[in-house]
Amino acid sequence: MDRKAFFQRIKSSGQDAVFAEEGLGGTPDVQGKKTLNRRTNTGTSAYTGTFGKAELMHLLRRTLFGVKVSDYNLYKGKTLEQVVDALLNVSSSLPNPPLNNYGNLVNDPNVPYGSTWVNAALDPAVEPYRKGSVKSWFWGQMLTQTPDIQAKMVLFWHNHFALQFLEIPDARACYVYSKVLYTHALGNLKDLTRAVTIDPAMLFYLNGRLNTKKAPDENYARELQELFTLGKGPNSKYTEDDVKAMAKVLTGWSINPLTNPFSTAFVSVNHDSSDKQFSSFYGNTVIKGQTGINAGNTELDDLLTMIFKVDEVALFICRKLYEYFVYYEIDDTVESNVIVPLAKVFRDSGYSIKAVLKTLLMSEHFFDTWNRACVIKDPLTQQVGFCREMELKFPNATDYFLLYQMYNMGLSFGQLTQLNLGDPPNVAGWPAWYQKPLFHRSWINSDTLPKRNQFTDYLLFIGHKVGTFTLLVDPWIFVKQLSNPGKADDLISDCVSHLLPMSISATQTASLKEVLLPGGIPDYNWSDEYRAATDPSDPNYSTALSTATVKLRYLLKSIMNLSEYQLS
Amino acid sequence: MKRRSFFKASAAAGTVLPLTLNGMGVKTFEDSPLLRSLGRRSADGKVLVIINLSGGNDGLNTLIPIDQYSNLSKARNNIIIPEDKVLPFWDKPAAGLHPKLSGLRDLYNNGLLSAIQAVGYPNPNYSHFRSTDIWMSGSDSSESWTTGWMGRYLDGQYTGYPKGYPTTAMPDPLAIQIGQMVSLTFMGPEVNMGMAITDPTTFYNLANGTTDPTPNTPAGNELAFLRLMAQQTNQYATVIQNAAAKGTNKSSKYPTGGRQPLSDQLKIVAKLISGGLKTPVYMVSIGGFDTHSEQVDSADHTVGAHGTLMQQLGDAIAAFQDDIKLLGLEDRVVGMTFSEFGRRVMSNASNGTDHGAAAPMFVFGKAVQNGVIGANPTIPSTVTVNDNLPMQYDFRQVYASVLTDWFELPAAEVKAAMGGKDFNTLPIFKANKASIEDYVDLVSRISLNNIYPNPAVQNAQISYFTESGHVKLSVFDATGQLVRVLKDEWHGHGTYVADFDVVGLRKGNYYIQLSQGEKRITEVLLVQ
Repeated sequence: MDRKAFFQRIKSSGQDAVFAEEGLGGTPDVQGKKTLNRRTNTGTSAYTGTFGKAELMHLLRRTLFGVKVSDYNLYKGKTLEQVVDALLNVSSSLPNPPLNNYGNLVNDPNVPYGSTWVNAALDPAVEPYRKGSVKSWFWGQMLTQTPDIQAKMVLFWHNHFALQFLEIPDARACYVYSKVLYTHALGNLKDLTRAVTIDPAMLFYLNGRLNTKKAPDENYARELQELFTLGKGPNSKYTEDDVKAMAKVLTGWSINPLTNPFSTAFVSVNHDSSDKQFSSFYGNTVIKGQTGINAGNTELDDLLTMIFKVDEVALFICRKLYEYFVYYEIDDTVESNVIVPLAKVFRDSGYSIKAVLKTLLMSEHFFDTWNRACVIKDPLTQQVGFCREMELKFPNATDYFLLYQMYNMGLSFGQLTQLNLGDPPNVAGWPAWYQKPLFHRSWINSDTLPKRNQFTDYLLFIGHKVGTFTLLVDPWIFVKQLSNPGKADDLISDCVSHLLPMSISATQTASLKEVLLPGGIPDYNWSDEYRAATDPSDPNYSTALSTATVKLRYLLKSIMNLSEYQLS
Repeated sequence: MKRRSFFKASAAAGTVLPLTLNGMGVKTFEDSPLLRSLGRRSADGKVLVIINLSGGNDGLNTLIPIDQYSNLSKARNNIIIPEDKVLPFWDKPAAGLHPKLSGLRDLYNNGLLSAIQAVGYPNPNYSHFRSTDIWMSGSDSSESWTTGWMGRYLDGQYTGYPKGYPTTAMPDPLAIQIGQMVSLTFMGPEVNMGMAITDPTTFYNLANGTTDPTPNTPAGNELAFLRLMAQQTNQYATVIQNAAAKGTNKSSKYPTGGRQPLSDQLKIVAKLISGGLKTPVYMVSIGGFDTHSEQVDSADHTVGAHGTLMQQLGDAIAAFQDDIKLLGLEDRVVGMTFSEFGRRVMSNASNGTDHGAAAPMFVFGKAVQNGVIGANPTIPSTVTVNDNLPMQYDFRQVYASVLTDWFELPAAEVKAAMGGKDFNTLPIFKANKASIEDYVDLVSRISLNNIYPNPAVQNAQISYFTESGHVKLSVFDATGQLVRVLKDEWHGHGTYVADFDVVGLRKGNYYIQLSQGEKRITEVLLVQ
């Protein structure tokens, strides 16, 4: 069989993108990676090109978990700056806290069924249920996000300032940690770093509460530098002595288990009040030792001031933001044209997260066609995104048990596909967001890829059944919002342009059309069926509705099973 | 003696032996599920290739009743094949094939083709979607089943699938279907029993471990990675790739790749079978048969949309069969065509045809009885736009024949696969107890002698001859709907007259059908 002959057929199908001929760029290696012959020089200057549907969808895909048709409609027609401002203008009110959703399984003497447990006393008998509750709740928050960047940034910071819920022996502390993320996600990085440093869950997780003058524990001091502020790159040159000194600065912080919920405390007698000398990397700064009840606060402020003076902090964080929102490959050109200027914006703004995001999301680099459709969706984006795109109908808010069961189903699929929300593998976060050379390719393997497809297939065809409730996609919700679903070509092209970040070939389109119109039968067969299926007075209404619904499920499944659907 | 041939012999003989297996006594053939499954081994290695002609093939221009040309020309003058261009069956010159089906004609001449006339089902449905579901599920026209005939067969053969599969005994896909994501054919009670591959290119890529080229961009890079992963995670990718690597094609008759999807699909199928893939059923498809307009070229009716499809169909099947023979596989492989319906007797003004009812099916391979089953359809002299060919055979009889005579399934299991109904088999396979010659003889031993008056206004007298046995005299309208049953009782050998009161019936052509067992004969009565 002549391989070239097959490819000839594909090439002539009019695909718009450049094809990799055998001479240009070489054949893909075992991972499908080719040497790219050109890069891009675009930088952080504001994008001035066309801001049409493709651009808006690209922006929304990267900043929301899946794009509902109504999300697109909300923003279409606005200027780029208006959209970015709206995406960054997140609510300052905190989400409603997790509830007792387990009251029908176990009695929580302090918390009525359906009320929140976050302020109640610790109770070992119900603690596992509360832990399950906060994890399901967390997934539910991603699902019920408002159409702005907050949820994506909460996930970003959760991954960055990583801890593991299952290691925290108090679900209430997990909730308090999430409040820190929500409060500061679009705020100031210094404030966020400070809040995380003295957050009770973090104090437990990285042993901060055990860090005393008599026996300093360096765990947090190290991770604060290596993972949270400076990174491990060649320009991150803190020393072992810096770690020791920093540990001393942080002595005395503790958790007050007697409060409800347990909160941060500062125990001054445990605090090392000596002066702390830092290395030349930190400009040989000396942090003056303090005593008394405010010693911890004062020295912490001085510490953060010192750290955030280092240029590398902004560079490190901007690289992470870049990897999260744009692509994992940062070559020298991107470093100098994008990362360095972004870092300067970050520093000049006093570490305003909004400022750096605004520059990045409005940049010509972000909208460079080179950088589109190249991010492999993390499992949360793939799964929550699907639920939002399809506007999957979850149980009522008052049906606490069922609702959290459904959230738990989503959480479980995330676990199966390597993103256990609330529980990254370790303090470094999820490897997809830092581990060379695979980065986001590590989401995809012979186990996770079939499961990602099973999630969408499951909710399209079988549904998740608990009691009498079945969580099942109603394809009509999505389809009826499209411009002209009665016309096969329009239905397919609208589905593709909304659900996929890149165009597909004529052969692929023809395969999708086969789902609606097998054997190349004329288009009116679908139009007729659609009309009958949407007109209850039509004599063929019930048969047409049943057949058309099946076809729509298969059409959507076919699109979601395409490799292109795994990209954003 | 080789174990397999021992059981083969027992199965064929149907004997009840006190067999022992690993020292344990096993009772009867029927009682033991184990023996039943062992008994199935006699069908080991047999392959069925189903070719779906998607869109509704115009049977009357495919298998052409040459002895009806005068009426046929009147009915479809703007699309009829010139009589001298039709390829007559050498031993049954009253019927022939479309001129572009020389591939099938050659198979017929080599004793490898069974053509079955006028296959359909009672109360035909003219919707693509409904009728396709009916053909794939094997249901009656009034029922909606969610399983397919092949799905039920495979579910019976491979209990528990997909749990525990692949197994050492069955490491390969149970069925492979190219195209047609929404196909019911392989749908089992719980899951789809087959593996669906979108198109020949995907199939080719899977078999060869290649992916389509992607753009030279970061997105293209990631896409290439994802596609490779998708391929590798296909649990059957390895066995398919191994079979493709081991297998080969030997025929030079395949047209150049990339231009004729049906040939491309069948070529890969042949290669996989030759490479040792144990998959027993494949389904391939060719679309474009919904020829409502421009079915033929007005200057030359032998070419055009339908002619091109006929060429592709005939050439693909011929090349495939040639390949199967050269590969030494002809004892193991048969193929069959089907379409969701035939097309209207009368052509329309756009040089095309609209949805119809009964149409021919073809079954090919070394295992078939070469010949034409059934009589030429009777074309009335005055055809109206509503007239359709009445069925002579139910498509489920063809399915039952495949299950019984090719896959050697016991009668009870054939019935289960057919959804709990009995269908008499047809002499399609050499293994069938009847022969086509018997059928021809059988048909000729009943006759409709006379229908008078014709046309009829008030009533008609139908004179008929029959052997002794149960006889049914039915009346179908032009659309194939059963209108009346005039006789449904035992007759002694002899000549009879039945009275048919036509008062109140809508004007038009009616088909009077006399049937006794599998013998069936039809005449047309015009009601005015």
